Amino acid sequence: MLGRAANGVYWMARYLERAENIARLIDVGFHLALTRGSRASQEEEWRSVLTTTGQEAAFLARHQELSGPLVFNFLLRDRENLGSVLQMVEAARTNARVVRTSITNEVWEAINETWMVLCDLMACPVGETSLGEVLSTIRRQAALVRGAMEGSMLRNEVFNFARIGTFIERADNTARILDVKYYVLLPSVAWVGSSLDNVQWDTLLRSVAGNRAYSWLNAGAMDPRDIAQFLILDSRFPRSLAFCFEKLRSNMAGLAKQYGGEAHAHQLLRDAGSRLNELTIEQIFEGGLHEFLQDYIGRTYRIGEAISADYRFVN
Amino acid sequence: MSSASGSRYDEMLHEDGSVRPAYVDFRSWYDGQDTAWLRRQDAAAERFFRRIGITFNVYGDDAGEERLIPFDMIPRIITAREWRKLTRGIEQRVRAINAFLQDLYHRQEIVKAGRLPVHFLRENQAFLPQMIGFTPPGGVYTHIVGIDLVRTGPDEFLVLEDNARTPSGVSYMLENRETMMAMFPELFTKIPVRPVSDYPRRLARSLRACAPACAGPRPSVAVLTPGIYNSAYFEHAFLADQMGAELVEGSDLRVSGGRVQMRTTEGYKPVDVIYRRVDDNYLDPLSFNPDSVLGVAGIMDVYRAGGVTIANAPGTGIADDKAIYSFMPDIVEFYTGEKPLLQNVPTWRCSEPEALRYVLDNLSELVVKEVHGSGGYGMLIGPASSRKELARFEAKLRAKPENYIAQPTLALSSVPIFTREGLAPRHVDLRPFVLVSPDGIDITPGGLTRVALKKGSLVVNSSQGGGTKDSWVLDE
Repeated sequence: MLGRAANGVYWMARYLERAENIARLIDVGFHLALTRGSRASQEEEWRSVLTTTGQEAAFLARHQELSGPLVFNFLLRDRENLGSVLQMVEAARTNARVVRTSITNEVWEAINETWMVLCDLMACPVGETSLGEVLSTIRRQAALVRGAMEGSMLRNEVFNFARIGTFIERADNTARILDVKYYVLLPSVAWVGSSLDNVQWDTLLRSVAGNRAYSWLNAGAMDPRDIAQFLILDSRFPRSLAFCFEKLRSNMAGLAKQYGGEAHAHQLLRDAGSRLNELTIEQIFEGGLHEFLQDYIGRTYRIGEAISADYRFVN
Repeated sequence: MSSASGSRYDEMLHEDGSVRPAYVDFRSWYDGQDTAWLRRQDAAAERFFRRIGITFNVYGDDAGEERLIPFDMIPRIITAREWRKLTRGIEQRVRAINAFLQDLYHRQEIVKAGRLPVHFLRENQAFLPQMIGFTPPGGVYTHIVGIDLVRTGPDEFLVLEDNARTPSGVSYMLENRETMMAMFPELFTKIPVRPVSDYPRRLARSLRACAPACAGPRPSVAVLTPGIYNSAYFEHAFLADQMGAELVEGSDLRVSGGRVQMRTTEGYKPVDVIYRRVDDNYLDPLSFNPDSVLGVAGIMDVYRAGGVTIANAPGTGIADDKAIYSFMPDIVEFYTGEKPLLQNVPTWRCSEPEALRYVLDNLSELVVKEVHGSGGYGMLIGPASSRKELARFEAKLRAKPENYIAQPTLALSSVPIFTREGLAPRHVDLRPFVLVSPDGIDITPGGLTRVALKKGSLVVNSSQGGGTKDSWVLDE
């Protein structure tokens, strides 16, 4: 497999994952804004969506005021915002075109269709009434592409690189969301039980599509420790750090098997993975949740870089 | 306009309006279909093409935008007898082209024999001195050729142009058929149409048969593309995919250890055969255009040392140059010892004073083309031009006559297309695809039919608003 093709498949998967994650964040921001009365606290919610996606500065450079429609249009369809969903989907499609010979027709067609559908849907500014449809279409299309990959691709290096892209992105995403909201989780006696807390925690779970699973596992009781435990260490939940690192491990093992040996990235991944396995949530809080998350965001980044170098993604 | 559409040959209908044998079965099927349903199928075809992403990029105003070449769902039908005759002519011509190239880059017997003035080589940029004295692996210059044919009567097929560099369009031949089979499966159970779908396999086999001596028993093949912004990128990816070959860009390749190697996830691996879809000029910055980033530095040295096969060979452009074209009847005769089975369109070389005088006197009835142009750009269609356009072109002709050739405006044959008002005749050409290897010449039964969608128009190029059709060769 060409290094450039591995790079293309990896980024195709990352961009798709990121597009979907942005859509989820917008969904939560919108949901919260609807449940918030005051304009100031609505603004605060949207600001936090921007912070989580790392786009606050870019947004403020383009807009003086901060309102829901401005923010979600910026995040969804702004042509000049390289991190918008539309740009992500376009970048995913461009990468898919580059690697057309590595992916199946079904995957290509699913991505191409996703791009066409979303371009159509977001040809005009999105209003509050159509936002729901736009967001659910993004999620649906992402599921379609995932399904096409799952159902039609050979389980070889190409598939491994795509999955690695997905889980590097997802691990980074989950860690960032937690980090931005980590203050909500700090076990502060004064906060526990307040309705604000419940809403905030619910938001956090929703933004990683974990609210139902968490409620089911915990009989509806919102507890900061349990939430952090769930999002970081519960390897049953597909967006937890533990789950992402387990998937990274198995796909990297696939590469090692096919290529007859491990690379530098394997070592980095093993360190990060085993630490995650050994730590308890108490230890994480003792060392500081923020410090822990920053450490993992850094580790994820370095693993991505090592993969790119080990497998000759670029010249 | 005239003479062109007045006496044209209708491939479906006799002059009395009865249906010609080639179309009898199709017409009886067509007449039995519900028109509203056909319209819906027509609209569905476009969606289908968009979804699978068969698009081409346009140069110029809307650079970068992806467009769809319009597809017309009425097939162009050729009988077994017509095809047999055509293939004999094509094979003869392609054989001659390869012998011509071999000769030009070696002894130049044709020049010595006085059949081709030497200045046609000397002043031609398509002639590559780097190829002199070198014979490509297997002795094959043009691994893939596209011969553009036009028809003017029941048995009159003329060669409009030879494409001996990197002919494109074969993906349309294949996808048009796929689309037709998906839309109208029952048609193919009723009418025996020869399949085209094994073209990629034949191409792969043909390319492997031309691998250099240093290749192993299973030579590796790569398709070299300029990248996703090239107008034919879809086709490059499509062919690589169908052949099971790697799709590479210049940046994936480097020369080392006397081989061309590609950067894989496991390190560099040698490539034996490169089906390149970049022009000669961009192939090697060390030998040609030094600014090229599309090619591979040093590939020409490896090539000349026998370390890689390049398909088509560099320097084949000299054989499809429009000035050389006018010599093709002589060239065919010179190398095959036979009369050419396929005729050229009569051509005036404006570099010759007498011809130029004739062309200037009859400009309003002629088609004038740039010698080195392609894609229908920079040409004049006399009968369709205003007086002002004619005057402007005349000035260009006088200033640089050697840049132009002229041909009569042909009464091109027509084939029906599907319109809201029913079937309507439009002008067409045909590009069959020819594979050459040491094992012989292989012509896929069919090709790309390009159709001028505007009523009366003679220009079929996709860059100028032309469309394509599925081309059927009927089984015996």
